[in-house]
Amino acid sequence: MITREYRFPLNSSTVPAGEPVLTVSDVGLRFGGVQALDGVGLTVRQGQIHAVIGPNGAGKSSLLNCVSGLYRPQRGTIRLTRADGAVDLVGRRPHQIARLGLARSFQNIELFKHLTVLENLMLGRHHRMSHALLPALAWFGPARRQEIEHRALVEEVIDLLELQVVRHQPVGALSYGYAKRVELGRALCMQPAVLLLDEPMAGMNAEEKESLARYVLDVNELAGVSVVLIEHDMDVVMDISHTVTVLDFGRLIADGPPEQVRTDPAVINAYLGEAAR
Amino acid sequence: MAATAAGVFHTSYASELRLRHTSAERLRLVLVVAGLLTLPWLVNPYWLGIVNTIGIAAIGAVGLNILVGFTGQISLGQGGFLAVGAFTSGLLVQRAGLPVPLAMAAAVLVTAAVGAFFGLPALRLKGLYLAIATIASQEIIIFVVRRWGWLTGGQGFLDVDRLTLFGWRVPRTSFEFVWYWIIAGLAVLAVVTARNLFRTALGRSFMAVRDHDIAASAIGVDLTRTKLMAFAVSSGYVGLAGALTAHYTQTVTWERFTIDVSIQYLAMIIVGGLGSVAGAVYGAAFIMLLPPLLAELADALRTRVPLLADQLPAVQAAAFGLVIVLFLLFEPRGLDRIWRRVKDYVRFWPFRY
Repeated sequence: MITREYRFPLNSSTVPAGEPVLTVSDVGLRFGGVQALDGVGLTVRQGQIHAVIGPNGAGKSSLLNCVSGLYRPQRGTIRLTRADGAVDLVGRRPHQIARLGLARSFQNIELFKHLTVLENLMLGRHHRMSHALLPALAWFGPARRQEIEHRALVEEVIDLLELQVVRHQPVGALSYGYAKRVELGRALCMQPAVLLLDEPMAGMNAEEKESLARYVLDVNELAGVSVVLIEHDMDVVMDISHTVTVLDFGRLIADGPPEQVRTDPAVINAYLGEAAR
Repeated sequence: MAATAAGVFHTSYASELRLRHTSAERLRLVLVVAGLLTLPWLVNPYWLGIVNTIGIAAIGAVGLNILVGFTGQISLGQGGFLAVGAFTSGLLVQRAGLPVPLAMAAAVLVTAAVGAFFGLPALRLKGLYLAIATIASQEIIIFVVRRWGWLTGGQGFLDVDRLTLFGWRVPRTSFEFVWYWIIAGLAVLAVVTARNLFRTALGRSFMAVRDHDIAASAIGVDLTRTKLMAFAVSSGYVGLAGALTAHYTQTVTWERFTIDVSIQYLAMIIVGGLGSVAGAVYGAAFIMLLPPLLAELADALRTRVPLLADQLPAVQAAAFGLVIVLFLLFEPRGLDRIWRRVKDYVRFWPFRY
């Protein structure tokens, strides 16, 4: 086996392994007459892969959007544990939440399609870079130095996710599998405290799923990043996650280790079906 | 996808970050610089004057492309921002007696601030809706310069003295020659700084907002700050172009900054190539050269096709429209893209691809 020493830690959370890093409690979200989330709570522990599953319309993506600040829940708290104590994410704007260490991917690929893979990944470094105008116009000096400095970390992510061959390609021209991997990479370049992945394997065939699952495991095991994973493929979920939360119609119906959730009657009834028993 | 030169291997990030990698690219830069340095001796004052107007337009088009092509915020307020730059610089010289370089620097800052203010609707509006809002800024600015008695005597008109630099009044005989060096210098500065901007974090965040604003905010890009910054930076360049117009033409009149001008500048960046600094320059040259070249053509064909010369303004307007339609149909990415294809063809010759 080839192992490689990485210079930069990709995980920025200082919470000890197994302790809660992200705590969602009693979150309620309503769109007009639709109660998208109704008193949902879950605890993501440092170093785990935490899967969120449920039928279509169960509120999985809504929950993720609440965490990353795209939606604002009417009720509840979402706390991120940091070295300087817990901060409530509710009411903060998406870019502020991103700067606190929440990185995410989207269900439909949301890359910057006219930019190259490298530029997309460098944008993952955006919130840790200086954006002063005059150095940018002058280029030589701080701006150039900063580009080179951050490029070193980006190259490690390229290495981890094996994106070398597409480095300079515009992402609009990439295959679906590569594009999904670039999105994962962009989130990783942020050196997140928690990584939120919204259906990273949707629309993939078995081999592509397997390959992406491997990358998610590498991110979790090698880089030590806590992952919240929304996914429909039960085999993947049961295989790689440490904890599974099941939603149905905006309510939490089960929460626990995969083997326990798999046999939960409420989950079988709402989502898995009798055949899974 | 554009071809990349084969056999170019980088051993450091610094070398990869350079803008030119092959000897052909460096040779082209040398040729361009040599051309710029010898041009004033190669053409007569009439054509040098046209070159000067191209230079000013290029600075304005680079500015507009930063906003429209790179940040994706459609603006029809270009004429208004040019007016702000022109009137600011003109007034500071004529009324406050400021030296011209200082007045032009002030015009850049004032226009940037005004641009950021009129960029506020962009925080809520996108696409066509934003375009309509920027028409409002265009009309408001022109209304102010026309009606504000204290500012322009309620005429929207201002006479500016012939250029004086450090106590030296530029003589009438070498007027275009001196202006060429000023305008060419500033245009080169505008192009170089804009190229630099888009290989740094700030410029990348502009393009991220253009390509996907929600994803941009999810990776930590502050949309409010970035959009206003794009308006300010873009307007700074436009303000410089406006200030140059004021001192170069020696008259500032609101009629030079109407919405027609805004559309003309949009045409420049569409013809040149949206989201390309070089494209803005090509587009400015193309649009500014079109009328005089058509006039030459009409003159040459005066005996055989008298209609062309008789109806010259109409022919020029029709050609302008036709060119834009043809570009939108056949090469929406503009002259910059055509130039790239030519380069690829040469590079691969005798192979097709």
